[in-house]
Amino acid sequence: MNIPKDLFYTKDHEWARLEGKKAYVGITDYAQGALGDITFAGLPKNGDAVKQSDLCATVESVKAASDVYAPLSGRVVSLNEKLAAHPELVNKSPYEEGYFFVMDVSDESEKTKLMDAASYGKYLEGIAK
Amino acid sequence: MEASEVGSLQKTPLYNIHVSMGAKMAPFGGWFMPIQYEGILAEHAHTRSSVSVFDICHMGEFILEADPVSSLLDRIVTQNIVSMPIGACRYGFMLNEGGGVIDDLVVYRLGDASWMLVVNAATISGDEAHLRKNLSGKVSFENISNATGKLDVQGPGSADALKKIFGAGIAKLAYYTFGKFKLWGMDLTVSRTGYTGELGYEVYIPSDNAVRLWNTLLEDKRVKPAGLGCRDTLRLEMGYPLYGQDLDTGHTPIAAGFDKFVDLGKEFIGKDALLKEKKGGVKERLVSFKSDTRRSPRHNFAIFKEGLRVGTVTSGSFSPSLLSGIGMGYVSGKCGIGDKLVTKDGNTEIPVTVVKKPFYNKK
Repeated sequence: MNIPKDLFYTKDHEWARLEGKKAYVGITDYAQGALGDITFAGLPKNGDAVKQSDLCATVESVKAASDVYAPLSGRVVSLNEKLAAHPELVNKSPYEEGYFFVMDVSDESEKTKLMDAASYGKYLEGIAK
Repeated sequence: MEASEVGSLQKTPLYNIHVSMGAKMAPFGGWFMPIQYEGILAEHAHTRSSVSVFDICHMGEFILEADPVSSLLDRIVTQNIVSMPIGACRYGFMLNEGGGVIDDLVVYRLGDASWMLVVNAATISGDEAHLRKNLSGKVSFENISNATGKLDVQGPGSADALKKIFGAGIAKLAYYTFGKFKLWGMDLTVSRTGYTGELGYEVYIPSDNAVRLWNTLLEDKRVKPAGLGCRDTLRLEMGYPLYGQDLDTGHTPIAAGFDKFVDLGKEFIGKDALLKEKKGGVKERLVSFKSDTRRSPRHNFAIFKEGLRVGTVTSGSFSPSLLSGIGMGYVSGKCGIGDKLVTKDGNTEIPVTVVKKPFYNKK
């Protein structure tokens, strides 16, 4: 299971990579593996305001559809346009090419509500039991 | 899934192999079955282009020694079995008095008065009870489901892969016929049938030899294991129904659009209800639809037409061949090819267009 050290994680298996005031957002390696082949990523609109833990995107696999929740609050500033034609990037590269969108983070202190890589790893071990 | 739920599930003879090969396992029809190995899309594409093997040991098999007429067997199923040649398979239904579908099944004629009935896993005990109740006179009935393994070998390369094991005779089997083939001192039934729309075969083998056959098949590097996930996408692309979703006791084969597997020229349980329905018109009809996008309608989504609720999705999935969502569902009222519908679940709205079956046509 790939759990990069520099990211923050939610219990719903989203990740956020903070770069200054911006954050890249996507779903984790565990999430893509559990969903199986991703066939559609429903992204928010550019400029949408999102609130931590609120529904911000959807993801569909061959078998099922799932909700994606915002790891932080802020405003969506760019989308991963490649996912429209190549949703499989979420499976192949969940933390890099398969990110969902970039947001301007409005309150960086919210990251204290997220897990670091070590805690997320432990959280996954708990799920496996 | 609760641990107790897993504990009550049945396991096929190949269970340990699936787990050791890293298959994703899930409950299906009371069984713990492999949903995927490499991935549904890859397995789907491999079956359409090469050859896959599926563990279908969960399905049920009954052996009957019965005169088709005096035993009333011909009255229990909708397909005409009296006219079947020995060595033929025929698809049809068992209906209740109201015309509702108790199960869909394939009948194999083994001899003049000798039959194999292949039924769905979840309906084995109900089917057995229905048959025992309605059979008459001198009949021998044996449920061989537990003792019988079944491997489906499907895809354009299936004949080549099986020739190496069973000999060249396998390639001579015509569609919906079967033969007996020698293997390891056994006489095995192999039919040219399947649930994928590809050239394919179903092999029946004593359960304790299923693992050996599975391993032998996989020695051929063209053959890859496939799970029930792609079995579902493959069958749905062909518009084949899945019992419990697209067929149930609440709908008749007429409503489901499978009239051609019903012989109205003979007597059978449920016929009166079908005739009445044919005359009066069906309340609901199974239609096929394709999403306008990559989004997929799903089982139990509501179906709307011009803002009114008209039905429910029975099967829905992403189609790996069409790269769009596809589905089937029962709708009431007028609904024709090209009509626009909307499938809905909560805030999710997926517009679809009614299309003709099959969704997928081989080039």
